[in-house]
Amino acid sequence: MATSSVSKGCFVFKPNFKKRKISVPVEDYFNKGKNESEDSKLRFETYQLIWQQMKSETERLQEELNKNLFDSLIEFLRKSYSGFQKSSRDWGCQIKLREIPTAALILDMKHFLQKLVSQLMMDCCVDEETKEGSIQVAQKKTHCSMDSLSSWYTNVTRKTDPKMPRKKRTSSSQWQSPPVVLILKDMESFTTKVLQDFIIISSQHLHEFPLILIFGIATSPIIIHRLLPHAVSSLLCIELFQSLSCKEHLTTVLDKLLLTTQFPFKLSEKVLQILTNIFLYHDFSIQNFIKGLQLSLLEHFYSQPLSVLCCNLPEAKRRINFLSDNQCENIRRLPSFRRYVEKQASEKQVALLTNERFLKEEIQSLLENLHVYHSNYFLVLRCLHQFTSSLPKYPLGRQIRELYCTCLEKNIWDSEEYVSALQLLRMLAKDELMTILQKCFKIFKSTSEKQLGSTAKRIEEFLAQFQNLDEAKEEEDTSGSLSKGLQKTDLYHLQKSLLEMKELRRTNKKQTRFEVLREKVVNFIDSLVREYLLPPETQPLHEVVYFTAGHTLREHLNAAPRIALHTALNNPYYYLKNEALKSEEGCIPNVAPDICIAYKLHLECSRLINLVDWSEAFATVVTAAEKMDADSATSEERNEIIHARFIRAVSELELLGFIKPTKQKTDHVARLTWGGC
Amino acid sequence: MMSKLELKEDRMLEVQFVGDDDVLNHILDREAGAKLKKERTQLLVNTKKIIKKPEYDLEEDDQEVLKDQNYVEVLGRDIQESLKNGSAADGGNKVYSFQNRKHSEKMAKLASELAKTPRKNVSLSLKNDPEIINIPQCSKGHSASDNVQLKNNDKSEFLSTAPSGLKKRLIVPRSHSDSESEYSTSNSEDDDGVAQENEEDTNEVILNQKIPSQNRAVSAPVCKETPSKKMKRDKTSDLVEEYFEAHSSSKVLTSDRTLQKLKRAKLDQQTLRNLLSKVSPSFSAELKQLSQQYEQLFHKWMLQLRLGFNIVLYGLGSKRDLLERFRTTVLQDSIHVVINGFFPGISVKSILNSITEEVLNHMGTFRSVLDQLDWIVNKFKEDSSLELFLLIHNLDSQMLRGDKSQQIIGQLSSLRNIYLIASIDHLNAPLMWDHAKQSLYNWLWYETTTYSPYTEETSYENSLLVKQSGSLPLSSLIHVLRSLTPNARGIFRLLIKYQLDNLDNPSYIGLSFQDFYQQCREAFLVNSDLTLRAQLTEFRDHKLIRTKKGTDGVEYLLIPVDNGTLRDFLEREEEES
Repeated sequence: MATSSVSKGCFVFKPNFKKRKISVPVEDYFNKGKNESEDSKLRFETYQLIWQQMKSETERLQEELNKNLFDSLIEFLRKSYSGFQKSSRDWGCQIKLREIPTAALILDMKHFLQKLVSQLMMDCCVDEETKEGSIQVAQKKTHCSMDSLSSWYTNVTRKTDPKMPRKKRTSSSQWQSPPVVLILKDMESFTTKVLQDFIIISSQHLHEFPLILIFGIATSPIIIHRLLPHAVSSLLCIELFQSLSCKEHLTTVLDKLLLTTQFPFKLSEKVLQILTNIFLYHDFSIQNFIKGLQLSLLEHFYSQPLSVLCCNLPEAKRRINFLSDNQCENIRRLPSFRRYVEKQASEKQVALLTNERFLKEEIQSLLENLHVYHSNYFLVLRCLHQFTSSLPKYPLGRQIRELYCTCLEKNIWDSEEYVSALQLLRMLAKDELMTILQKCFKIFKSTSEKQLGSTAKRIEEFLAQFQNLDEAKEEEDTSGSLSKGLQKTDLYHLQKSLLEMKELRRTNKKQTRFEVLREKVVNFIDSLVREYLLPPETQPLHEVVYFTAGHTLREHLNAAPRIALHTALNNPYYYLKNEALKSEEGCIPNVAPDICIAYKLHLECSRLINLVDWSEAFATVVTAAEKMDADSATSEERNEIIHARFIRAVSELELLGFIKPTKQKTDHVARLTWGGC
Repeated sequence: MMSKLELKEDRMLEVQFVGDDDVLNHILDREAGAKLKKERTQLLVNTKKIIKKPEYDLEEDDQEVLKDQNYVEVLGRDIQESLKNGSAADGGNKVYSFQNRKHSEKMAKLASELAKTPRKNVSLSLKNDPEIINIPQCSKGHSASDNVQLKNNDKSEFLSTAPSGLKKRLIVPRSHSDSESEYSTSNSEDDDGVAQENEEDTNEVILNQKIPSQNRAVSAPVCKETPSKKMKRDKTSDLVEEYFEAHSSSKVLTSDRTLQKLKRAKLDQQTLRNLLSKVSPSFSAELKQLSQQYEQLFHKWMLQLRLGFNIVLYGLGSKRDLLERFRTTVLQDSIHVVINGFFPGISVKSILNSITEEVLNHMGTFRSVLDQLDWIVNKFKEDSSLELFLLIHNLDSQMLRGDKSQQIIGQLSSLRNIYLIASIDHLNAPLMWDHAKQSLYNWLWYETTTYSPYTEETSYENSLLVKQSGSLPLSSLIHVLRSLTPNARGIFRLLIKYQLDNLDNPSYIGLSFQDFYQQCREAFLVNSDLTLRAQLTEFRDHKLIRTKKGTDGVEYLLIPVDNGTLRDFLEREEEES
């Protein structure tokens, strides 16, 4: 092999220059994978387009979410800077000068600080790089002292002051001697001693070297006091800034990327569950969530030929006209489409299955329906969320994503949670109900959908009725039946009387007007849900926009290498599919690969394994297996070979990290894994 | 569970004079509300209860804590869905569970079982038998169905049948005891119970000893399937006990046999290779199918690499050939660097060097690795037409698994125009990466189980049974001594003999120079201590001896070769002479 050598481990391959010029465009890889690839180029372009849109949308979102924080931080910097200026004039503030202004940022998002740095570089005229450069210069001199740093600082400010080279943008007279902003990205990971010394020293030099510290903290603000003793932390004038929690961030991202008709691409329930679970259980990383989204988008466009129609409606309609015969066939093969066809009249069925033009027209209307379905879906979903998100115990989840998942999965009205949620809704107080209705009204008002326009009107009516209820101040007759005291009786009589009471209640349901109205509202919501929150599987052509292959996502994002290794060693049939390897759970046939046999044998040992015993046990198994094949004479050479095979298996297990050599006992190895029974 | 629940409710009905309100509510709920099985929803139906219990408000935050079951449903791997992934629903348990005490014969026993019934698959050992598994489960009252069963059946009858079942099971392995006794002979620290097990002894003794240990061993894997939380706690505490039990005694219950007693001890790399080349690989058709399956992914990999992901391959078997094929099929027209992580001399520095020197044609030097990294990063950021593929075999190797190395490689891989495809093999390899590094790497995981032998990967490491080049085995000993004068050989033999004579002396630290000189003079091997010293220097240069200063300041001489080799050497010498 060209890449094995005993003298080096890196091999560089450079194709000759001419060849390299022709670099393969990315989209070529997109279609080469599949043998018959329909519209792959178009699909790839659509992927690129949607992904770019989604990406810029998330970036915009992040910026928006962090805007407040940025603003207050910059305000803080400005303030502390002006503090510097004042105090330099006023000697009375000399004592105060010892305190370094510090901002403590509590962060949930990791990549947030990089952005902050770039933003700060623009806003304040502190050039991080020149500062670094100076430190490097100081290091060269091998005595890096605060003096050299401050002299550098005066140099730089003096130099830049008359010329104002890169200050043009913020060249207000205020920033005459700009403070140096030092950002400690990850405060917890600093050595406390270094940090303490640095703070003490720089506080001494603060008058000639105006310094502002920004700490990035990932845990809690208490960490500052844990890392720095009082003597040091008293030198800091700390102000706390808290960034948005990552869960809220996730909610907004979901809201803007998935719960909208802006992007045609949708995730199925499984996929969404997987992504949110990875987020909530594994990393709390929005970045990873977006990565998962990107991967699902890519997989969707890569594997579904009809994803070419997964774009905005007018474009999709245009593309339908150019669909090839093959693609039409693909559409006919879609399960959801087949179901749809079966429901049609027989003449129409024939037309759909034979006439391409008719099919294309039908697809157009179906896609349009799908689009309408989605826009209604999200409105009603949000509305329902308004109702359920404030219920005690949150039967349908507190976050809209939980509600969304349930709705995607099945008919939500069939679930017990929904029933109990409705029951709770029937007990809402008036003002609660009204605020919710108002919010719903706003939701419906925000869009100009034709079908749901009446909904907004109805809600408005409800609201008005509630208002009237207030004015009417209707007298409520107290039903005396309930207050009838219960005397002490035996169980039988109690039950009996209770049953009677119940019967009574049911028959003369004397409801107040408010109760009647409330019932109406709940029924109205229920009818909305039943009409519009159908799971996407019921919609024809849903395959075009929904990505369903959750398992590929899980495989590639949330892989379990340990389990894969264990399965491969424990149950080779799983991979090799050879009948000889078929076995019950926990057993292994003796014809299995050497490493599997060695592994299985080593599971029977505790901490230490005697190599001799192991090798003999191995030989026993292997010999038995070979005898089955050919009863050849047992020669010394064969034993040698078996021994060699054993050596190979053992060293492979060592490479995999199951065992390691030990000096506790001669010719023993130590097991590195537990159990295995 | 259901039966229990109902039982509870029945009992509640029996109570007669409870607060009237409560009874009323309770009964009304049961009649009016659809019977809700889930606790939380059931509680919900009643408003009064909600008002009464303020802790609901406190619990609001708990709602965010997601349910375990939910997690298992979504991320736990179920077999029917991900066919390509190693799944084995309970596979994790086996890998992660605690170690418990094992008897030394188990391996031999298993081996003989596997060997004796070659085609038919033997169930591994006793504990896999379902009948036995049931016993601890029932008696502890773990699962609901068993609970019911327990109630229905006569309890005493059930218990009395259990041991007989056990007995039957225990008798089965004894049929192999002939082959086992051979192994148990040399056991040193065996406790009596185990020895008894092999010899045919009274059933009762074995039973009494066996049942508790068996119970413990079995209960762990069984418990995992039952969802109840209380159970889980039980199980973990059980496991913890087991763990400490296994690690409490320093005694190691393994036999004392050493490889020396076997005639074929250590092979060198070359003979090993020769021997292995004679073995015809089994299942080659299936293996080929597997690798073809992976080869179909090449284009997808390229696509994903180009779109900013990096790819990591995991799974059993060497992935070197696969990556090599990937390289030759799709990477021919682009600049790429292949890095053998398993190469013992590899370092991040050498990787960076090959990038700067050979890829970017830069001849300067750098003050530090970080500087070099910065330079490379800038170079790649400046020139977006520059593209580089990195293929790293064994990213988790000894030399590269360090935190700093991973950080640097991660930073390289996070560049838009550097594409990384790597393989990992070690069981705990993913532990190398924290969140920060993972987001740098931006991995997509691909399982590529190939079952191909790690020939190249293991050829460098000083494997356990492969002759190590650092020490002095027999052949090199002979080789070196052949080149010496007969007198020198005599001197060395003297030292060997002395060392072998003192084999049983634990405080033996070596032969003092003075004594050695005396002995050599008596054997007419040297005439002055200068000649002896010259000779010793030569030995030392060949690493045949080591000198050590004793507590009394005297020099002691020692041969740093194990005694077995020395004895073999002496035998060989005597044969020749």
